[in-house]
Amino acid sequence: MKAVRAVFALAALAVAPSLLAQGPTADGIAKYRAALQDGNPAELWEGRGEALWKQERGPKQVSLERCDLGLGAGVVKGAYAQLPRYFTDADRVMDLETRLVWCMVTLQGYTEADAKKNPFGSGNDRKSDLEALTAYITSESRGVKMNVPMRHAKEAEAYRVGEKLFYFRGGTHDFACATCHSEEGKRIRLQDLPNLTTAEGAQKAYTTWPAYRVSQGELRTFEWRLYDCFRQQRFPELVFGSDVAIALTMFLARNANGAPFDAPAIKR
Amino acid sequence: MRPHASLGLLVVTAIVGACATVMDESETAARAAAALKASFRPAGQAGLDRLEQDETQRACSLAAGKAPPKDVAAMIEQANLATIRYPADGKLLGDWKNGERIAQEGRGKQFSDDPKGPVGANCYACHELSKAEVSFGTIGPSLYQYGKLRGNSVDVQRYTFGKIYNSEAFAACTNMPRFGHKGILSEQQIKDVAALLLDPASPVNQ
Repeated sequence: MKAVRAVFALAALAVAPSLLAQGPTADGIAKYRAALQDGNPAELWEGRGEALWKQERGPKQVSLERCDLGLGAGVVKGAYAQLPRYFTDADRVMDLETRLVWCMVTLQGYTEADAKKNPFGSGNDRKSDLEALTAYITSESRGVKMNVPMRHAKEAEAYRVGEKLFYFRGGTHDFACATCHSEEGKRIRLQDLPNLTTAEGAQKAYTTWPAYRVSQGELRTFEWRLYDCFRQQRFPELVFGSDVAIALTMFLARNANGAPFDAPAIKR
Repeated sequence: MRPHASLGLLVVTAIVGACATVMDESETAARAAAALKASFRPAGQAGLDRLEQDETQRACSLAAGKAPPKDVAAMIEQANLATIRYPADGKLLGDWKNGERIAQEGRGKQFSDDPKGPVGANCYACHELSKAEVSFGTIGPSLYQYGKLRGNSVDVQRYTFGKIYNSEAFAACTNMPRFGHKGILSEQQIKDVAALLLDPASPVNQ
């Protein structure tokens, strides 16, 4: 519960317009926060993910328990706090989701297309195994300090590219990540926007994804967060596990170093 | 003179000027460009052409969140000023009630949006406008009483229409989209939003 409570300090909250005038707004937000503390449905995804991790699946009928997430085969505890990172076997910097796909292909024998085909779920209509696995793995880093490495040249390169992409303006509206996320105390409509150019801002934002989104009835991963930001930027569709997704994740995760990871969280 | 060509030249000069960091910087830029190319697919109305930057986008990306150098800023503003097409009929203000609907509308141009519309300006996402709408953002300044504070002269009308049409003409590397220049809003829609800001009867000016 403590972890959940910390999330509320930064969960971007939209409240009903009637709650907006100064005093009532604060009261309304406090009540909303209290209500959310009763429990986080993300636990359902975590539980399903743990079962999937341990289940013998795929053409080769083996579990993912020998998947190396960076800390050695099968080590789950604290792994997410050190991702993205460079993996020698793949000769590539990978975020958690990309690494899960890698293990599903190399260990379980899925095709890459099969492993990737359902990255984001849709409430009760369509459940995503990758999302559930992500919820489980990330939950095993709760309370662990972010410690994303930058020893390998490709890790440093991913960070620099991510920073460059953060400021890349394009599309019909000239939007970059920086348009909404480079100033303190701003909001879009009633939604608070984290300033991702400061350590504090990046820490607060990055350590609270994945999150169960109350408004969507769905657990959302960091890959989804990027995907949907680009949609709103009027960009084309971000490819799951793409270089842009990984570079931006590297930039933000590394900037969050030092802060205890605190997700899966719950947000508006 | 071709403002965009000159702007490009100026940007290139600025890059080459910083000798020691050039290799590193241009290599990172090249890798970022390659990553962009490989990381998106066309969806709905959003094709990959959306990733092709014009000179203004390129120069402002290079500024990386800071104000661009003064000479670059001046070039950006000049180049964008030249794009503004004022209404042929000379009428700069439309219907503020339509303007309010456009200011509220958040849809338009996303790959998830219907290409047939509607397309709005979503002004409230970033600006306070009328007191009645309490769900407004703060990325841009409050525009409450915009017209009451500035009056309704032809000069103010022209500036307002122009600012909505192409914001980069007046503030280089602003966060505000170029609604006319980039084909987001029609001329009539821009007139309607200008009316929302300037019409004495508009809720913005109460």
